[in-house]
Amino acid sequence: METISIEGTPKTPTITFDTGKGFLEIKGRSIPENSIEFYKPLVDWLEKYAAKPQSATNVNIQLEYFNTSSSKCILDVFKKLEAINKGGSQVTINWYYEEDDEDMLEAGEDYQAIINVPFKMVQVEE
Amino acid sequence: MMLDIYDFYDKMERNNIMLSFKGDITSELLTSILQIMESKLDNLQEEPKIKKKVYNVLVECLQNLYHHMDEVAPEQNDKIRSAIFMIGKLDNQYNIITGNYIKNENVAGLKKRLEDINLLSKEELKEYYKAVLNNGEMSLKGGGGLGMIDIARKTGEKLNFNFSPVDNTFSFFTLNIKISQ
Repeated sequence: METISIEGTPKTPTITFDTGKGFLEIKGRSIPENSIEFYKPLVDWLEKYAAKPQSATNVNIQLEYFNTSSSKCILDVFKKLEAINKGGSQVTINWYYEEDDEDMLEAGEDYQAIINVPFKMVQVEE
Repeated sequence: MMLDIYDFYDKMERNNIMLSFKGDITSELLTSILQIMESKLDNLQEEPKIKKKVYNVLVECLQNLYHHMDEVAPEQNDKIRSAIFMIGKLDNQYNIITGNYIKNENVAGLKKRLEDINLLSKEELKEYYKAVLNNGEMSLKGGGGLGMIDIARKTGEKLNFNFSPVDNTFSFFTLNIKISQ
């Protein structure tokens, strides 16, 4: 079990994945021109983790901005989590949004409608 | 003929252009432009809600240009690898205007796509966005046709666009996006 992390940049988020604790966090901005390249390592780690997951997996998504190029990749990440949830680990996705950021709340609800994993919408102050 | 730079300046001033650029759209350029615009929005002390909307829509508009460049002109030094964009604020409304070359054969398809988006209500746009998000198709860099839908959804306005014929091969595509407070 290990912790994997990617440090954030002005266009990409900080990713922390503690496989021992079953904790994944994506935080910051996700607006790269090429999202597939950026998200590939995370999708690969989730694939590995899926073979031997913890009994519970908690996921925090705390994005300030994300572009449409990232949105399909984030869906891919959620689809991996959906498979992990089916495979016996209890997955919870915490979707953070700032108080008056209706667009970010709606984006969370869009995913919630597509993905069969419990979502928690978490409002934070600005 | 000498370019009348004052005339240029005056027009930009009257339209309250905050930033404009013409040239090759690179990833590094976009990083800088986004940083500049973010600090301008901070200086204007915009509400976080407006600031986020403008920033989000700007990212989509500029990345559209960026992804489009490779489609039109894969060769590095091509003259048509050039685009223009302007960002202005007039009467509490932000305007993002972009212009780029498009192959004539692609005009009809894009026009149809934009017209179709313009027919949709807010609720229909939401459903359409989810359908395209979940259709499993992805372009090489991850785009996959969500950009324009997202812009229409976030601005709540119809997409205002135009195609001007240039020659037998190209037209010039203009998009004018309004973000009201």
